[in-house]
This record gives sequence, C-alpha cells and structure tokens, in this order.
Amino acid sequence: MEANDLIFKIILLFLVFIITLLVAMYSTYAERKVAAFIQDRIGPNRAGTFGLLQPLADGVKMFMKEDIIPLHANKALFVMGPSIAMTTACLTGVIIPWGGELNIGGKIYSLQITDLNIGVLYIFAMVAIGVYGIMLGGWASNNKYALLGSVRAASQMISYELAMALAITALILKTGTLSLRDIVAQQQGWHWNIFYQPLGFLIFLVCAFAETNRAPFDMPECESELIGGYHTEYSSMRLGFYLFAEYINMFISSAVLATLYFGGYHMPFISHLGLSANTVVMLGTLFFFIKIFLLIFFFMWVRWTIPRFRYDQLMKLGWKGLLPLAFINIFITGLVMILL
Amino acid sequence: MESLTNRSKVTGNKKMSFLEWIYLPAVVKGLYITIKHLFRKKATISYPEEKREFSPVYRGLHVLKRDDAGRERCTACGLCAVACPAEAITMVAAERKPGEEHLYREEKYAKVYEINMLRCIFCGDCEEACPEEAIFLTNRLVPSEYQRNDLIYCKDILLEPLDDAKRIDVSQRQTPAVKEFKKNKLLFHNK
Ligand code: SF4
Ligand code: SF4
Repeated sequence: MEANDLIFKIILLFLVFIITLLVAMYSTYAERKVAAFIQDRIGPNRAGTFGLLQPLADGVKMFMKEDIIPLHANKALFVMGPSIAMTTACLTGVIIPWGGELNIGGKIYSLQITDLNIGVLYIFAMVAIGVYGIMLGGWASNNKYALLGSVRAASQMISYELAMALAITALILKTGTLSLRDIVAQQQGWHWNIFYQPLGFLIFLVCAFAETNRAPFDMPECESELIGGYHTEYSSMRLGFYLFAEYINMFISSAVLATLYFGGYHMPFISHLGLSANTVVMLGTLFFFIKIFLLIFFFMWVRWTIPRFRYDQLMKLGWKGLLPLAFINIFITGLVMILL
Repeated sequence: MESLTNRSKVTGNKKMSFLEWIYLPAVVKGLYITIKHLFRKKATISYPEEKREFSPVYRGLHVLKRDDAGRERCTACGLCAVACPAEAITMVAAERKPGEEHLYREEKYAKVYEINMLRCIFCGDCEEACPEEAIFLTNRLVPSEYQRNDLIYCKDILLEPLDDAKRIDVSQRQTPAVKEFKKNKLLFHNK
C-alpha cells in the first residue's frame, strides 16, 4: 500500500469514527425530540437553539456524576463491560461502504475503509462480541437485576441472530457474494434488494431491532421490571458508554440495512443527470446518509409506537415465527434462483 | 349493557384472525397513529415565557397581608399553624412596643413567620382558619430551588410589600357574601 493510500485510509478512519460518534450523539437528541413530538410535546429546547447543545449538556452531566463501582462487583470485568460494548459498536463501521470511489488526481480512492470479502460475516462477528459487553457488565455487577438483564440480552441475541443470519443467507443466495462492496454494486439504479427480498428484509429488520436491544425488544433494560437491566449498577460515564453504544449500534444497524437492502450509496437516476464522477460519488454518500437517517427515524418511530414484548412472546416470535419464516424465505429464494 | 361512550369494545379470548395473528397490520396502524401525532399541535406551555392562565382562586404562594394603613394584620394567634394539616407553619410571637403602632395592627405580632413550602400541600386551610384575614393563598407560583433551606419561606418573602403599586390583590378570592359582610364596619372584625 502506498503512503498516499495509507494517509487517506487513516483520515477516512478518523472521519468515520468522528461521524459515528456525532451521529450517535445527535441520535440521543433526535430520540428525545421524536419521542416528544409523537407525544405532542416539544422536547429539549433549552440548551442552545432548539436544544441543539443538549447532547453536550448530557455528556457533561454524565462526566460530573459520581463514578461508583459496587463493593462486591468484579472490578476488572465491571470496567471492561462498557468498553467492550463501545469498542465493538464502533468497529463495525470499518467495512461499511460509505461511498463510491473518488478520483483525485488520477488516483482512485475508495470511500470504504476496508473491503473484506467476508464483510457480512464480520458484521455478525462484531455484533456477537458486542453481547459480551452486556453479559460481562451484567454479571460483574453482582446484582440480580443486572444478571437477569444480561441473561435476557444473551438469549435474545442468540435467538435473533439465527433468524438474522438465515435472512442474510437468502440475500447471499441472490447476490452470490459476502463482500458489502459487491452487494452494493449489484444494487445500481432501482435494483434494491428490498424489492427482491421483501420477506428477508422484514425478518432482518425485526432482528435488527432485537439485536440493538431497542423497543419493542428492549427486554435487557426493561425499566419496569429490571430497573435498568444490565446497567442497573452503572453510573457516570460508564453508564453513558452503554447508552451511547446502543445509539452507535442503531446507527450501524441502519447503515447495514441501507447497504444490504436499500442500495447503499446508489441513487436512482443520478447517472442521467450528467454530473462529474466525483460529484456523483459525493452525492451518493450524502444519499446514503439520508437513507441511514430515515432508518434511524424509523427505529425511533417504532420505539414510541409499539409497547415492549413480554419475554415469552419475544422468544416465541424468534423461534416459532421468524426462524421458520427465514427458512421459507431461503427455500423460495432458492426455488426462484433455480427456475430463473 | 348500554355503554356510556360507545367506544368500548367487547373483547374476550376469542381466536385471533390471521391478520391479527401476524401482528403487522396492527403495527402499521399504530405507526400511522403516531406519525399523525408528529404533526399535531403541541400541548406544551413553555413555562417562564408563556404562562397558563390561573383561576383567581388558585391556591399558590401565600401572602401575609397588610391592612390599608400598611400595618401587618397577623397577630400571631397560631390558628393557621393549628389548622395546617401538613404542619408547615411555624411562628414566634412578639409584643408590640410603644411607637410600633404604624407597623403592627394588634399588640401582638409574628416576629418570625415561616412556611415550609416543601411541606405545604396548598390546601388553603390556613387562609380559612385565620380570623384576621392576614394570610391568603395567591395565584403566584413557588419556584423550584436547589437547596431545601431555600424553600422555607420567611416573612421577607411572604409579607406583602408596603409599596401601593406592589400590593397583592386578594379581593378576587372573596365571595360576594364575604364582601357584603365586610361592608358592615360596625363589626369589630372589620374595623
Ligand atoms: S396551605 Fe394548607 S398546608 Fe399550606 S400552610 Fe396553609 S394550611 Fe398548611
Ligand atoms: S396568619 Fe392569621 S391565623 Fe395565622 S397567626 Fe397570623 S393571625 Fe393567626
């Protein structure tokens, strides 16, 4: 790899990292605003114009709070939990193709930090490690609510990962590749995968909600039964990390959803506008982010609409509903592939 | 049974139809309802800038009234403290010295008069108990504070200002019957 490439990649890495954090930060703000609007309220509007400084104020508040490590907690694991949750949440951004290829002075720069040929598997790996953060934190707290929360988180993740993986399998049957870049490349124009895999998309979407621990599947936190679930004993910025990781996960999930099912950075009709190649790439990235934001909005919209599932309902939905559906989806996809 | 509003639905453990069972139509319906609310008029009143209208008999922050000559009406009889169900009122009585007649109406007055706003339930019983028409609840609000101590209000906050312009009008709180009664200047109470 040349020095130029390396520098470009490092810049890109930092950019992605900062953008991820920024988006997560403002997701907390957006969440509160969306919640407020859906409930006919105004939402935060005191810190800065329209309350835009609210996330900063929240951050400062989190830092100022007393950091408590319970006496009977396993210290090392207790500290590790939030860090793992945060790290794995950030790691997934590496393989998302944020845009096409920029052409700067005759050299091609890809707006993807690295294109693994097993990109899809990498996502699953990271998501699977992410649950360790919750597990360790919940277990190390030495608190029954925290333990219950983390046990729920683990079993929920395992159940839903299966259906998710199967939904993706059907997608991969169609695309024939595990590389995210290739999957996006196939979705030029209106050839978005959602039109070919509507059932798979639905399954993936529901599983994405479960994987990010968001309502209606926020069983691990479940304030009304488990106080705060796995982060009951956490305070100060450690708690902040957990909450923040959840928002990063939501951002990344939206990015993955947009990549896999909504054509990634492809914009229909853009090629007819006769713009220069670089402009198209930039607009593509912009369009990709618009898709992501719409999906994030959808995540929030659902959260403030649907009440939380009961735990047995959750398991029933996962094992008796989504899993067979995913199998049927694979079967149909395979059949269509053979017949066409 | 006749239903009152016609909005209730008879439910039971009947078997769900397929559409109900797959849950999605219900989800979509719910999403439609919430998205409609996104564009509704907001119910919030942004408090310090906008104020909600209060009824004239709203029971908010108390005022210790002065009479027309600017003398404190309270005679530290302690009836309000006895009437208070929340035991929010404390006072220390003192005797009026010669030469203080322009300050206090009766020979005895409250040197210290405290209401603990954290205890007060704004029931208005003190107002009702007072024989001197010295204490009234008003339609002002008790602001929030950072320290508990700051919510124990003393006379400096409770007492009505002397300044005519800053007098606190409580006439709205009096019923026509009371107003009629007050016209009768012969009664000792109204002197
Ligand atoms: S309003 Fe009621 S609770 Fe408050 S001080 Fe008066 S009597 Fe006590
Ligand atoms: S406010 Fe009224 S009831 Fe209370 S001590 Fe003074 S005169 Fe008596």
